[in-house]
Amino acid sequence: MVPLIILVILVVLVGLYLVVSYNGLVSLRNRIENAWAQIDVQLRRRYDLIPNLVETVKGYASHERETLDAVIQARNAGMNASGPHDQAEAENQISGALKSLFALSEAYPDLKANQNFAQLQEELTGTEGRIAYARQFYNDTVFRYNTKIQSFPSNILANSFKFREREYFQADDETRGPTQVQF
Amino acid sequence: MYEQVTANKRRSWALVAGFVVFVALVTVLFAYLVQGGVIGIVFALLVAVALSAGAYWGSDAVALRMSRAQPAPPEEYPRYHNIVEGLCIASGLPKPRLYVVDDPAPNAFATGRNPRNAAVAVTTGLLEKLNRMELEGVLAHELSHVRNYDILVSTLAVTMVGVVALLADVGVRSLWWGMGRNRYSDFDRRQGGGGPLAILSVVGFLLLAFAPLIARVMQLAVSRRRETLADVSGVEITRYPPGLISALEKLRDDSTVVHATSHATAHLWIEEPAAQTPAEGRMARVNRLFQTHPPIEERIALLREM
Repeated sequence: MVPLIILVILVVLVGLYLVVSYNGLVSLRNRIENAWAQIDVQLRRRYDLIPNLVETVKGYASHERETLDAVIQARNAGMNASGPHDQAEAENQISGALKSLFALSEAYPDLKANQNFAQLQEELTGTEGRIAYARQFYNDTVFRYNTKIQSFPSNILANSFKFREREYFQADDETRGPTQVQF
Repeated sequence: MYEQVTANKRRSWALVAGFVVFVALVTVLFAYLVQGGVIGIVFALLVAVALSAGAYWGSDAVALRMSRAQPAPPEEYPRYHNIVEGLCIASGLPKPRLYVVDDPAPNAFATGRNPRNAAVAVTTGLLEKLNRMELEGVLAHELSHVRNYDILVSTLAVTMVGVVALLADVGVRSLWWGMGRNRYSDFDRRQGGGGPLAILSVVGFLLLAFAPLIARVMQLAVSRRRETLADVSGVEITRYPPGLISALEKLRDDSTVVHATSHATAHLWIEEPAAQTPAEGRMARVNRLFQTHPPIEERIALLREM
C-alpha cells in the first residue's frame, strides 16, 4: 500500500512539473512575440512624429533643405525597408538625421522657443529611448527563454514540444558604433 | 551586475529570515517566562497583523497624502512620463501612477502594494535639477522598489517590530509585577531549579526589555539592504550606472530638505529626507544602525564597481 501511495504522489508531482514548465515556456514565447511587436509600435510612433517635426522646422528654417530632406528620406527608407538588416540601417539613418536636425535648432532661437517644437523634440527623444528599451526587453526575454530551453530538465520538454531557440536582436557593426553627425 | 542583484537579493532574504527567527525566539521566551503567555502571543500577533494589514492596503494613499503629492498630468510633465514609460517597457512593468510633490529639494519615492497598484512621486526640485540620464537612474531605482515588492517587505518588517514591541511591553510589565510563571506554578515541578532558573529569568527579562530596540535595528538593516538592492536592480534596467551615480552626487551636494515628510515615510524616499547625521566621528557607527538608508558615498562606490 505504501509503495503505491509513494508512486501516485511521484506521478502527480512529475505531472504538475510538466504542466507548470510547459505553460512557463508558452508564456515566455508569447512574451517574446509581444516584445517584438512593442518595438514595431515604437518605430511606427517615430515615423508618425517626423512629418510634424519637419513641418514645424520648415516654418523657421525653410532654407535648411538638405537636413530636412535627409530626415524625410531616412524616414521613408525605414518605412519601406524589407528585412531586418535594411531596417536597422534605416533606423540608424533616422537617428543620425534627427540628431543633426536638433543640433541645427541651436542656431534658431525662435524655433527653440516654439512650444510645438519643444514638445516634438521631447516626444522623439522619449520614443528613441523607448525603442532602445523595447529592444533590450526583447533581448532579455529571449535570454530567459533560451536559457530555459537549454537547461536541464526543461530542455527535454522543450525538445519534445519543439520549442526552438530564438535569435537576439543584434545591432550591426555600423549601428553599434557612435553615430556620425554631419553639419 | 547580475551577480550584484542576486547577491543583494540573497542577503536581503537572509536578513528577513534572521528577523523571523528573532521574533520566534522572543515569542518562545515570552511563552516560557510569562503566565498565560500563549494567549498574549495570539493577541499580539492579531493586533500587529491587523494594524499592518490596514497600513499595507492603504499604504499608497497615506504616503501620498502625507507628502502632499499631486497627480502629474502627462501634458504638463511629458519628460517624466516618457522616461517612466521607457523604463516600464524595459522592465516589463505596468506603468505606475505618477505624482509630483511641490518641493525644491530633489527627492523621489515609490509606494503601492504591488506593481498593479503602484505609484511613483518625485519632487519638482528633482525634475528641475536632474538631467534626463540622471532622472532615468532615479526613476529606475523607484521602479525597482515596485518590482521587488519592497512595500510588502517593509510592511512585514514593521509588523514584526510591532509584535516584538507588544510582547516585550506586556512581558516586562507582568514580570515586574510578579506574574512570572516560575514564581508560582512551575516552581515546584522543576526540582532544584531555584538558582539557575532565577538567573534565567533575569536574563530573559533583560532580553525581553531590549528586544524592541534589537527589532528596530534589524528592521532598519532590512531597509538599507533593500535600498542597495534597488540601486543595483535599477541599473539593471537602465544598463547605465553613471546616470544614477551622478544623480546621487547631486542629491548629496544639495542641502535643501524636503518639507512635507516625517519619520513615518522616511524609508520610502531615494535619499533620507531629513538632514543627515555626520558619517564620521565617534558616534558614526551607532548612528549608522539607525539610518533607513546606507551612506550615500557607499552607494556611489558600489555603483562605480558595476
